[in-house]
Amino acid sequence: MSDLRELYLEMVTDHAKNPRHRGKTDPCDCIGTGHNPLCGDKIVVTISLDGETINDVKFDGEGCAISTASSDLMSEVLRGKTIQDAKDIFHGFHELVAGDGTAESVPKKLAVFSGVREFPMRVKCATLAWHTLIAAIEGNKEASTE
Amino acid sequence: MLNTEIIADSFPALHQTIGDNRLVYLDSAATTQKPQCVIDAIVSYYENDNANIHRGVHTLSQRATQAHENARVSISRLLHASRPEEMVFVRGATEAINLVAQAFARPRFGEGDVILITEMEHHSNIVPWQLICEQTGASLEVVPVCDDGSIDMDAYKSLLIPNVVLVSMAHVSNAIGTINPVKEMCKLAKEVGATTVVDGAQAVGHLQVDIQDIGCDFYAISGHKMFGPTGIGCLYGKYELLQEMEPWQGGGDMILSVSFEETTWNDVPFKFEAGTPNIAGAIGFGAAVSWIQEIGYDEIFKHEQELLAYGREVLLAIDGVELIGASKQNAGVIAFTLKGVHPHDVGTILDHAGVAIRTGNHCAEPLMKRFGLAATCRASLCIYNTRKDLDYLGVGIQEAMRILG
Repeated sequence: MSDLRELYLEMVTDHAKNPRHRGKTDPCDCIGTGHNPLCGDKIVVTISLDGETINDVKFDGEGCAISTASSDLMSEVLRGKTIQDAKDIFHGFHELVAGDGTAESVPKKLAVFSGVREFPMRVKCATLAWHTLIAAIEGNKEASTE
Repeated sequence: MLNTEIIADSFPALHQTIGDNRLVYLDSAATTQKPQCVIDAIVSYYENDNANIHRGVHTLSQRATQAHENARVSISRLLHASRPEEMVFVRGATEAINLVAQAFARPRFGEGDVILITEMEHHSNIVPWQLICEQTGASLEVVPVCDDGSIDMDAYKSLLIPNVVLVSMAHVSNAIGTINPVKEMCKLAKEVGATTVVDGAQAVGHLQVDIQDIGCDFYAISGHKMFGPTGIGCLYGKYELLQEMEPWQGGGDMILSVSFEETTWNDVPFKFEAGTPNIAGAIGFGAAVSWIQEIGYDEIFKHEQELLAYGREVLLAIDGVELIGASKQNAGVIAFTLKGVHPHDVGTILDHAGVAIRTGNHCAEPLMKRFGLAATCRASLCIYNTRKDLDYLGVGIQEAMRILG
């Protein structure tokens, strides 16, 4: 049986209860909306860019603890990274929560989501922010976990 | 006094552990568990009587046909239909409502006609009517729901204008459990000449339904929400209405004779049952009906009402719990939210404690919006649940509050 404590690590619940990056970036160079029809969650991700470099990422909307913590920690780790870095990190993150990836392949702060893999029903909660980020970067505006 | 533990013994799926915890199944509004007699009936059909029905002259076909039609008779008696031919086998309540929409409403309705539904409907009693509005030019109106989860009857009366051609309403809300005054609503609808459809998916497993007393024209049910298998349900339709209606699907079994020049339809209800039906499903459904009759609706309803009262008490004793809806006339459905905790997280934490509930919008997005929520938690009760189950629910919710509240 999967361990609940591995899913709701203190860092996850802390970022879920007190997110640091909620809001909208100024300026807002990219915007994307994400929707998880399973739980009705909707989030908006905004990005400010300096050329290819991400100056700031913010998110808004309501979601579960996993989705909120993932949005907040994504915003945190992407500051100062390039767009290509962001895509690479998402790839590693996706492998971590839904594939065969290991905690070494993602920035240290994202390793707290290692436990999600044991809860297949919650993978979409963890990846919603990332799908929305990619949609924002690629100008698709809307992302869905379906 | 009902011995629920003996009843629970008849349900093999209830006897398992999830991790280290005994399974506590509080998601019967999604689908009920199946008693051994239903499982046995399906197995026995496949082991002994498997054959196609209505056509074969051989012994197995006769046995299968007999068992299939016996199920129709049992279901018609359970619902007090005036004759078995009024029960059309379908895949479930969703297909039943779609059948009424496509075979009854579509050829009859047009611009200026109004279809009236309520704000608490399941998507399956919203979307088929939206399709009809697109296809015929009719318009859809919605009866609002009060804060306690009951239908606003004053608004209903004022929306019942002569242009209303059809009213479709849930007997029991799947999301919050309100028992609607369908008899009174049908009577009022009849006064303006409207056809009445009742979605009984959440009613028939829990309370006595007398279709003739309700006075509706159509009534939709699903087998799997009343101890039967999935993929089988019934549409009740008044005999004269079913006779007037054209078929909605063509194929075998629904015809009397076929030539390239002319095809004539079979009698009601076979006219609406194209193709080889879900024979095992119907037989399992019939066994479920017998099981319900053995226990009796009086016992079922009384037990679930007691549990409902106890469950509300357990939940309200926890800081941060808010009940949603909770009307006085309520079936065994408890919809609730936890302050600061998303329902999805509650669902995962409860599952970890072995407690199965449903979280999300419950296929009733407009109702969620009416209460200003994206999602709720829903614990739904059944004859096999006990007070102990609700104690486990309470413990699980306290754990969710401790982790995330």
